[in-house]
Amino acid sequence: MSVALVFATVPVPDAETAATPVIGEAVVLALLATVFVLALFVGVEIITKVPPTLHTPLMSGSNAISGITLVGALAAAGAGEGGLATALGVAAVVLATVNVVGGFLVTHRMLRMFRRKDRG
Amino acid sequence: MSLSPLEILLSLAAAVLFILGIRGMTHPRTAVRGNLLGALGMLLAVVTALSIGDVMRWEWIAVGLAVGAVGGAVLALRVPMTAMPEMVAALNGFGGAASLLVAGAFVGDSSTPVATFAAAASGLIGAVTLSGSGVAFLKLREVRWADRLAPPGGVATTAVLLAVGLAAGGWLVAGGGEPAYWAIVAIGLLLGVALTAPIGGADMPVVISLLNSYSGVAAAATGFVLANTLLIVAGSLVGASGLILTRIMCVAMNRSLANVLFGRMASGGARADADEVYGGKVKATSSVEVAMLLEDARRVLVVPGYGLAVAQAQHVVRDLANLLESRGATVEFGIHPVAGRMPGHMNVLLAEADVPYAKLKEMDEVNAEIGEIDLALVIGANDVVNPEARTDPQSPIAGMPVIDVDKARTVVVVKRSLSPGFAGIPNPLFAADNCLMLFGDGKKALVELVAAVKEG
Repeated sequence: MSVALVFATVPVPDAETAATPVIGEAVVLALLATVFVLALFVGVEIITKVPPTLHTPLMSGSNAISGITLVGALAAAGAGEGGLATALGVAAVVLATVNVVGGFLVTHRMLRMFRRKDRG
Repeated sequence: MSLSPLEILLSLAAAVLFILGIRGMTHPRTAVRGNLLGALGMLLAVVTALSIGDVMRWEWIAVGLAVGAVGGAVLALRVPMTAMPEMVAALNGFGGAASLLVAGAFVGDSSTPVATFAAAASGLIGAVTLSGSGVAFLKLREVRWADRLAPPGGVATTAVLLAVGLAAGGWLVAGGGEPAYWAIVAIGLLLGVALTAPIGGADMPVVISLLNSYSGVAAAATGFVLANTLLIVAGSLVGASGLILTRIMCVAMNRSLANVLFGRMASGGARADADEVYGGKVKATSSVEVAMLLEDARRVLVVPGYGLAVAQAQHVVRDLANLLESRGATVEFGIHPVAGRMPGHMNVLLAEADVPYAKLKEMDEVNAEIGEIDLALVIGANDVVNPEARTDPQSPIAGMPVIDVDKARTVVVVKRSLSPGFAGIPNPLFAADNCLMLFGDGKKALVELVAAVKEG
């Protein structure tokens, strides 16, 4: 796993730069931290506007979104390393998929109940 | 695992869909579409990971996805609305478990100090989420031995476990590798039990919200392990959501988070004696009498509590409300933020019974007009309508915002007995001059009430 290569754009064939990443590790961390903090602010801004009526669907729906770990699980299960890492990855794929599919579906079920009366 | 620029951009698209999805939740009319946008974002993220990511072994992935999808779908389609608190608890737990397993799968790789630090966080928080949600699930199922899971020593034990967990985290960062990681997970599992097991049923809304937040933070930490921006964005959105809900729940109980997690309700001393409060002043009533009161009431306020969920009386309440409305009365529902076992619990139950959400009023809204209510019908609620919170500064629930039903012209309380609520204190409301008690199981009492109104 190479964190440092995340933001590297086009690989530079030049021998001198090829060995070192285009952007340093510290910079990557700073960028990730930027993303993290900004997302927190966005989250707070939107979620304070959710009415209490929808707090349960908000929890189950946001829970489904936190099943995004599935992306990491797929990478772990598919890395082809075999052994423990793959086993952990596959178990994570199962759990995260339950989270994602179960979360979105149950939220849908609840929200349709709320919308039903909106028309009637 | 390195991401290409294309993957990062597709991740951005998925993150935008997540944000638009949650924004849809700000109104019931847009919420269904919002949830679908979120699901679309997830699909995009998964397809991206499968097609451009460096996946080399497909067979296990296919099996894992199939098992998970079927399991999740069966759970989601079969769970009754009354079991939604347990469902949310279980989903939180699965999310935390997935995060800790993913971090565990990558922790063996040679990685940067930051990734290792993040793995420690993911392992600890993920494990707390997993076992904490497990305990919460058992408690919500009313499994008796769940209360006895609390380790001896109380807060001190929790503090020691946390310290040991952080020390194990230090070990991992110092190069402890996989043994250190699994030590963190083991301690995290114990910590989750120690934190959740002592917490009482009525505080469950706080616990569920907090675990929801943890499941997001664990995903964000895993995002730092994998240097994956999408995990970080989605995880922090959920982390923020859970924290906001936690805060709303704590404010609604006038208690700090620390007090909910570690405190006990004040006991002894100032507590009023039940006989003293109730002695000779409680008036029992009959469904016929309440039906007559309802005949004359132009504005009726229904205040539901956890007892409504236990009695599964949401459909009968809807019938009663429709019946009264057809006779020209106005019927509204006053929802206390911590009524039930999770944020929004009453709203979901009433929505299931087809009560229009426009009729579900928040506490402040209801209290502002409480003097104009002819009849307040309290069903299976106790502490959230206790006027002592307002009047007695010595009370264990002093300062907790309550629905002021005692200020309505008449109050009818449907309740099995005079037994105290979670706070363990008598409720002076029941002895008030304008209060009548309709004793009985919520559903049965309401069925009789509907029949009496029809006849009368």
